[in-house]
Amino acid sequence: MTYEQALDLVKTSLTRIVPDADFTALGPTDKFRDRLELDSLDFLQFVETLAELGGCRLDEDDYPRLVTLDGSTRLVAERAA
Amino acid sequence: MPWETIVKDTAPRVPPNLADYGREQRWFAWSNARGQLLGLPGGRGLNIAYEAVDRHVDHGHGAAVALRCVGRDEQVTSVTYADLARRTARFANVLRALGVGRGDRTFTLLGRGPELFTVVLGTLKNTSVLCPLFPAFGPDPVRQRLRLGDARVLVTTAELYRRKVAPHRAELPGLEHVLIVGEGAADLPGTHDYAALLAEAYDEFVIPPTAPEDMALLHFTSGTTATPKGAVHVHEAVVAHHVSAAYALDLHPGDVFWCTADPGWVTGMSYGIIAPLTHGLTVVVDEGDYDARRWYRILAEQRVTVWYTAPTALRMLMRTTPRRGTHDLPRQYDLSALRFIASVGEPLNPEAVVWGQEVLGLPVHDNWWQTETGAIMIANFAACEIRPGSMGRPLPGVTAAVLERGEDGRAKITSDGHVHMLEEPDTEGELALRPGWPSMFRGYLHDKARYEEAFAGGWYLTGDVVRRDADGWYWFLGRADDVIKSAGHLVGPFEVESALMEHPAVAEAGVIGKPDPVAGTIIKAFVSLHPGHEPGPVLKRELIAFARRRLGPAVAPREITFDQHLPKTRSGKVMRRLLRARELGLPEGDTSTLEGPA
Repeated sequence: MTYEQALDLVKTSLTRIVPDADFTALGPTDKFRDRLELDSLDFLQFVETLAELGGCRLDEDDYPRLVTLDGSTRLVAERAA
Repeated sequence: MPWETIVKDTAPRVPPNLADYGREQRWFAWSNARGQLLGLPGGRGLNIAYEAVDRHVDHGHGAAVALRCVGRDEQVTSVTYADLARRTARFANVLRALGVGRGDRTFTLLGRGPELFTVVLGTLKNTSVLCPLFPAFGPDPVRQRLRLGDARVLVTTAELYRRKVAPHRAELPGLEHVLIVGEGAADLPGTHDYAALLAEAYDEFVIPPTAPEDMALLHFTSGTTATPKGAVHVHEAVVAHHVSAAYALDLHPGDVFWCTADPGWVTGMSYGIIAPLTHGLTVVVDEGDYDARRWYRILAEQRVTVWYTAPTALRMLMRTTPRRGTHDLPRQYDLSALRFIASVGEPLNPEAVVWGQEVLGLPVHDNWWQTETGAIMIANFAACEIRPGSMGRPLPGVTAAVLERGEDGRAKITSDGHVHMLEEPDTEGELALRPGWPSMFRGYLHDKARYEEAFAGGWYLTGDVVRRDADGWYWFLGRADDVIKSAGHLVGPFEVESALMEHPAVAEAGVIGKPDPVAGTIIKAFVSLHPGHEPGPVLKRELIAFARRRLGPAVAPREITFDQHLPKTRSGKVMRRLLRARELGLPEGDTSTLEGPA
């Protein structure tokens, strides 16, 4: 999967929770959980949606990478390759 | 399959405070319990902050660690009781210099960190009243609570202020002082720099005389109809915080205690701040968000001995490490210090109790209480067997009853004001408590009528439906009204419906709790649209975004269904009970008061 394809999945997963998420104001290395005000349930939903869309497994060990757009995108691009 | 009772057959490492339930129940008296607190020196009354902080310093324990704050980056900062005494004295002096005095309301909209403790306890030292707000509230709930609670002072961060308060500041003329923690005050007109004010303030403060009945805390809670209610608590509540923590959380000297609840809610205040400090313990404060590894790491590295958490968090941990698995994740951490686990917020499902036993080696002890009760009322105790799924038995000093319900689902009150106690085991009814414990709320702020409605026949009516088994264990069955318990937070459907109806497309809304395997229930809204608006995925997303912006993630609906024929009473009120029944596929019951055929 290309970086762009993976980034699309990350954004889709986030907009399922925050439909009006403003990605223009969110840098690739900004921590989106605070910026988009995701609570624990939101974050869990994000991880589950992303895993489902990417057709890959994401678990606790991956959480440290699932905090920025760039980190999440790279992870999904690797996993879903 | 009924879950097997968990019997405590091995001798505990530490003898529990409550060893013989029947004996404690018989002999306990709140008048004696007061003796466990010191009172202000010179007989000047009873002040929560003195019991939580200064008394330990006055008795030579100033060097003990009061707080261990784990930052987002996992850097740990320790604060001793002596540090905390000085910081809270400074904050009390800051308030005094600002002209803020007895009974004036200070609000917090802050993350979990050392400043929160300074502000809460400094406010109480100054005999002002503290009202905590949950940082995950959106601008609407924040504004409404600041207004209803007569906020004079707000302590928050630049980010939270900019997002949630500044746009509505003009509507809050009573809000005189906004103190900004961290960077950014210089760029925000009409605010003070918290750190600068603290640095200038003197670090000694003599707590003024405080009557036990003086108002200390204001906690907003949600009702079925109308605006949130501000439950008033007084300084005497500290007696119940202290005693209940000894009984239900089994706190002992030397414990390291971690309450994961946010202090924006009553649990985080009563047990995240006040109770453990009155016991002179070390309190772990985690600034970060839930993350299974992070939590196990904190439990292990901080050598937490007593852990008070919530069903939603436990169920998230269960997803990561199911019972029928290899338990690899928790096994990587040394959890040997952990002695006791308790949970509150919504009913704990039996599997989570047993999960604790099998995966962490300790069963989870569910307990029950409310914003109004101020302290734990019903609990599973360290020394007693656990019946998984039960909230336990009343604490010593607490008298509970199950009352027969009337047609509206609430306790049936006869024309002469009497209620009927159900004595037959396992009969469903409304849980009621006999008033008289010290942390009982003393009123809803500016709302005498709603306060009086909460009582009948000499009982406080909790709004929760329960049954009591033949041996006296209580089992939660549901709410008697439309209030929703979601992820440990009480959400009022009216607040959500009102926000949705501010959207131009929405004609009417009905909001219910929908069962969810992790959160217990999630907020679900049914909406009907004004003519000219098309139901569909685009509008659905727009409404969810709209509600999140206004209400914040803790209160906004996670699901929306369009329905042009919302069931209504003849008086035009949306019948949430029917929406709930339809959602769950339950019988719709008596529909004779419906507006027309449903």
